[in-house]
Amino acid sequence: MILGADPLLTGPIDLTAVAIVAFKTLLVFVFLLVATMLMIWFERKVHGDMTNRIGPNQAGPFGVLQSVADGIKVFFKEDLIPDRSDRFVFKLAPYLSVVPAFVTFAVVPIGGVFGDGERGVVSMFGRDTRLQLADPPIGILLVLAMSSIAVYGVMLAGWSSGSKYPLLGSVRASAQMVSYEAALGLSVVAVVLVSGTLTTSGIVASQHVWNWNIWATGAVPFIIFVIAATAELNRPPFDLVEAEQELVGGFHTEYSSVRFALFYLAEFMNTVTMSAIIVTLFLGGPNGPALIGPDWVWGPIWFFAKLLVFLFMFVWFRATLPRFRYDQLMDLGWKALIPLALGWLLLLVAVRVADDEDWNVFVVMAAALAVMAAAYGLLVLAFRAARRVHEVEAAI
Amino acid sequence: MTAVTDSQKLAYIAGQAADARVNVEIETEGMTLNMGPQHPATHGTLRIVAKLDGEQVVSCDPVMGYMHRGYEKLVEVRTYPQVTTLVNRIDWLGSFANEVPFILAAEKLMEIEAPPRAQWIRTVLFELSRIANITLFLGDMGVQIGALTPVFYAFRDREFVLNQIEAVTGGRFHPNFDRIGGLRDDLPKGWIADTKAAMDKVRDFCDELETLLSGNEIFTARTRGVGIIPGDVGLSYGLSGANIRASGVDWDLRRDQPVGLAWNEVDWKVWTHPDGDSFARYWVRLQETREAADIVDKLLDGLPAGPVMAKVPRIIKVPAGEAWVSTENPLGEMGYYVVSKGDLGPFRVKIKSPSFNNISIIPWVMRGVYVPDVITILASLYFILGDIDR
Repeated sequence: MILGADPLLTGPIDLTAVAIVAFKTLLVFVFLLVATMLMIWFERKVHGDMTNRIGPNQAGPFGVLQSVADGIKVFFKEDLIPDRSDRFVFKLAPYLSVVPAFVTFAVVPIGGVFGDGERGVVSMFGRDTRLQLADPPIGILLVLAMSSIAVYGVMLAGWSSGSKYPLLGSVRASAQMVSYEAALGLSVVAVVLVSGTLTTSGIVASQHVWNWNIWATGAVPFIIFVIAATAELNRPPFDLVEAEQELVGGFHTEYSSVRFALFYLAEFMNTVTMSAIIVTLFLGGPNGPALIGPDWVWGPIWFFAKLLVFLFMFVWFRATLPRFRYDQLMDLGWKALIPLALGWLLLLVAVRVADDEDWNVFVVMAAALAVMAAAYGLLVLAFRAARRVHEVEAAI
Repeated sequence: MTAVTDSQKLAYIAGQAADARVNVEIETEGMTLNMGPQHPATHGTLRIVAKLDGEQVVSCDPVMGYMHRGYEKLVEVRTYPQVTTLVNRIDWLGSFANEVPFILAAEKLMEIEAPPRAQWIRTVLFELSRIANITLFLGDMGVQIGALTPVFYAFRDREFVLNQIEAVTGGRFHPNFDRIGGLRDDLPKGWIADTKAAMDKVRDFCDELETLLSGNEIFTARTRGVGIIPGDVGLSYGLSGANIRASGVDWDLRRDQPVGLAWNEVDWKVWTHPDGDSFARYWVRLQETREAADIVDKLLDGLPAGPVMAKVPRIIKVPAGEAWVSTENPLGEMGYYVVSKGDLGPFRVKIKSPSFNNISIIPWVMRGVYVPDVITILASLYFILGDIDR
């Protein structure tokens, strides 16, 4: 059952069920588009405030409709396809960027009551369903798969442009996104280990009210995930792929009109989606105390409040941090994040096993730390040896 | 760098040879990358032809002249007072500083000297244009590395300085205020207090920038140890200004070559940095901005009274002769070699502009760096396109 444990689909599939699914699809689609537009406005406004500017303020109240105006403008621009490009791939690439962002959002639970034993089921037109479009049993793997596909959008866009700056951008993209995916995946494994399930609704349910994964996993996977997610999104300080000052526009230098707009949209859409994933994995998704009124109202409110924190954080990163250099980025990914994620995962596993087998947790932790210290020592030795080779190379 | 023994060298070479045997079928091909004439990082029309091996630069050549405006030829058909309007446009961010050496050269030929008050005010305006110029560099350094915020703060705080320049001269960018024999006008009322307030804002800006950039881990990682220019290499390439001071050479024309301006009347310090890397160039300029604010404050405290214009004939004819005057401009040493045949205008003027020399070190310093470092080194060498091409 690929569509999983949604009670709506385990029951009889009649007109009501189809209508509810269609309604939810539309809702997710519209929500993500509107959220993306508001995110663009929010970023420009907040970034403007941080840099002593006003930001958009002409289109609509407080400039909220600026993205609509830009969209209309970009729509009427000439759509250029370079002569030396690979036309099919050039046209395909923007869709490879946009579609995964939509698909990923389908598995994010945005509301519902997650009580004792309850897993976010709400009643809608007399049918039980979840406030998420799909709840496949492989939920979180789908997220990782989609973020891998999004890499192809960037890579193929740069490669098919037949131009040098985009090519450099796509070379960087392939290395950067692939290597940060490893750290991303390892920190997700820690969450799966603690929550004991791959479904997003199950992960949210396991974090009921205050038992959030951010402290259940010990905060380190959360930090690694946020850093790796920033790199996956190609947002500053990891925006080497587009690096305006170096590569002009990076992979989308040659794109114009709607195709460029799709990339632009995909970037912000991915930002919203990735923030939603962070909230789901680490901050309990729509979990939160219900204050007044019916319980189901508070799920979406908590969800958006948490989402907004991360959206703001990404804007903040952009306003403050300079860009890494390519080799420094690789160093951070391979020499710091991946070993740290791996070591932390092993520690979590050790504690988990000790818990299950009724061993002394402290002894197990001490042993695990000793093993990790030894591994770290070996790692440092390996780095020293590598540096030695570099020095010899430089000396010759 | 630790010492390397012969056995290690031999082992390395053997390893390389083994690698070469394995990878014999992989042949990589270099790529020529044209940066510019239109590129966001060259802020103007500098073109850099870089031969790349992957992301590494094998060789790198600057191509100049896309903005050549022929000032040396144009001034030959102008009278002396008209020349300042043209040379204003050489380094357009610190315009007043361009006028001064030319006027000084003309004064040298005419053997007149500006009255003390005019000299002091010239020095004050000179330092103000230095601040206006370097403030923008400090912000731009952040932008080239990807930190977008500092440049907006730079634009904001440069405005205070430009307002002060405007209050005296009537022009924000191109004051055209210096005259042979003195200045066009005296300072307006209340200007001294306003300028001191503006200098406080400049100091605040420097502090703010230090917290924004200097302490940032990524910024230091991107600039420290990148683009190192040793002092002797810098001298042999003719670098000047903050670029050579950042390589540890204690060289400042303001102190070493007193030319009818008031720098030596007050106490100040020449900042140097031993490292010679991008960070050193940024750091020296940051300190110089602070120092310039202090110089302005001190000069304004001791401003002598008196006229601002010496007695000069209504129609200026410069006696035949040759004169060379150079000053320490915001970008480095700027000099004018003026040849006069006794006419209303100069017979020939050779303009030595600092950016041209500063840029000429690019092929030397850019070997083996990564593409992103090309941008940071360019930014840290700090050039104004008008100053390269004249």
